[in-house]
Amino acid sequence: MGKTLYRKIWEKHLVVDEKDQPSVLYIDLHLVHEVTSPQAFEGLRIQNRKVRRPDLTLATMDHSIPTRNRSLPIQDEIARKQVETLVDNCRDFGIKLFDLKSANQGIVHVIAPELGITQPGQTIVCGDSHTSTHGAFGALAFGIGTSEVEHVLATQTLKQYQSKTLAINVKGELPLGTTAKDLILSIIGKYGHDFATGYVIEYRGEAIRNLSMEERMTVCNMSIEMGARAGLIAPDETTFAYLKGKECAPKGAEWEAALTEWKTLSTDEDATFDLEIDFDAEQVTPQVTWGTNPGQVIGINENVPNPAELPENQKRSIEKALDYMGLAPETPMTEVQVDKVFIGSCTNSRIEDLRKAAAVVSGHHVAEKVEALVVPGSQLVKQQAEAEGLDQIFLQAGFEWREAGCSMCLGMNDDLVGPEERCASTSNRNFEGRQGRKARTHLVSPEMAAAAAIAGHFVDVRKWPTKELKGANV
Amino acid sequence: MQSFTTVTGVVAPLDAVNVDTDAIIPKQFLKRIERTGFGQFLFYDWRFENGQEKPEFVLNKEPYRNAPILLTRKNFGCGSSREHAPWALSEFGIRVILAPSFADIFHNNCFKNGILPIVLPEEVIQSLFQQVETQPGFELSVDLATQSVKGANGFEASFEIAPYRKQLLLEGLDEVGATLKAEDRITEFEEKHKVFYQLSF
Repeated sequence: MGKTLYRKIWEKHLVVDEKDQPSVLYIDLHLVHEVTSPQAFEGLRIQNRKVRRPDLTLATMDHSIPTRNRSLPIQDEIARKQVETLVDNCRDFGIKLFDLKSANQGIVHVIAPELGITQPGQTIVCGDSHTSTHGAFGALAFGIGTSEVEHVLATQTLKQYQSKTLAINVKGELPLGTTAKDLILSIIGKYGHDFATGYVIEYRGEAIRNLSMEERMTVCNMSIEMGARAGLIAPDETTFAYLKGKECAPKGAEWEAALTEWKTLSTDEDATFDLEIDFDAEQVTPQVTWGTNPGQVIGINENVPNPAELPENQKRSIEKALDYMGLAPETPMTEVQVDKVFIGSCTNSRIEDLRKAAAVVSGHHVAEKVEALVVPGSQLVKQQAEAEGLDQIFLQAGFEWREAGCSMCLGMNDDLVGPEERCASTSNRNFEGRQGRKARTHLVSPEMAAAAAIAGHFVDVRKWPTKELKGANV
Repeated sequence: MQSFTTVTGVVAPLDAVNVDTDAIIPKQFLKRIERTGFGQFLFYDWRFENGQEKPEFVLNKEPYRNAPILLTRKNFGCGSSREHAPWALSEFGIRVILAPSFADIFHNNCFKNGILPIVLPEEVIQSLFQQVETQPGFELSVDLATQSVKGANGFEASFEIAPYRKQLLLEGLDEVGATLKAEDRITEFEEKHKVFYQLSF
């Protein structure tokens, strides 16, 4: 019988496979950042252990760093200590670090793909749940805890139980004016916030094949918001074209060898999944979350749900979410006003995201009382955007233009949403307190966030008079 | 790691679905570089308002302030992979969590920190919520060796746990050390395994 893509990657990385024990899986790439690593390095020091493969380990700082002026020292003393600790750890253990001065610094899930380090068939881990992003390349990539970070540092392996497999076949084409973000939010909305717990998802079908690499990353990024261990998309010509010529991608004969191997990375026709579902791309509309988890999402032209109409077992959690969000039942989404707009995060901060947002913004100005910021996912994205003049479009429209980092997605630095302020955010989580204490987050695509910034409330971006940007590949 | 054998104590009911790790330990407390000091910030936004305890929150009430067992709803621990969540729970004194389901990464992190996450069917969890509500000071005894949960009122349930995870908790095993014992096999694997990138910066 045939094998799924997941199974193929799994088998290629099995170091030890014994009955009644978790398998020992080899890790090809370990990404490290400042927040979830210090205790792991401390563990190594206590036991007098080394990092087994510093050459397969890459560190950057992204979570707790400021996105304003980088020439000043970090004001937050505890954050500064954490960042300095990463510098010390990388120096002591011989790990390559992209620090705040590096031209390659950025969100860990943005930099590895853009440098061609993320490749098909790899196993990739990081102490960050959005490691699922890298699954867009057909790599088995997932988030781990700090104890596991220590395990990978010391052994370059991880003890793992095999997951169940879930195929999501996305049929048809995404309608004009809808995005990869709308697609993944629609899927989570339909099946629920914990639907895929225990599974590795493989996204398949025409609509997935038509996505660019950056769009595929947006889809895989949010696999964790369904509870999945990982999300995968089989590599194809789009993947190979994206990787070719990237800084760390193989060259010459190595490239050919890699390509031969990568082309074997798809699910065999006679393979079966533990669960398979079909999803109709044609029904996707621009999505906005109304609640406090990513599954609480509706189309822009829908109204906020009314708990009175729902069964008893759902009523209370929905009432609680509406109460936190300060929304009355049945409110049309288009009437919901925003105070802040955040374009950024490992979900939507890549060059295509910024181009699309800039196309919406161009020639307009941010609404009165709305604060809007754009935080590129990496310094390379920032540089590219500036070369295309996107920064000027945002700045002239009244947006702030920042340095790369996680920023307001989780507000570990001072990029926060205030109590009871409402934020249209291109990030991945609308949990209570995520962007700040009592902050109200609405997850949307970059286009929807940009339009909300201009209008001051949510609008259907399909009706937006988007301009063609000269010189930009929009 | 703290080993785990049996735990007997009060069951604190946290009646919410999808409790995420941002709620368990908010981001502003993740900047510490130590493994300790997180218990005081557990459920911070739910436990405190302007630095004062919120009297209505379950863990601020007696007899739940020192409860070692937490009863909750589905998908507990969803979201961020932060191990600070089990660190905070453990330091606060929580040793067992009962729920119909757990998020994957959190579930995994518990076993590394001496916390036993127990999955019980939704109707059993519902019945436990009722017992906690109607029987003040309701206690349970959890025995990992026999994989059983018992109450003085005759309540009884058994639970599943992977043999390796059971051993991990019972013995407080050093996992890294155990893997390093098979280092030869890792070396052997590496000799025939190809990675197609070089961090040539």
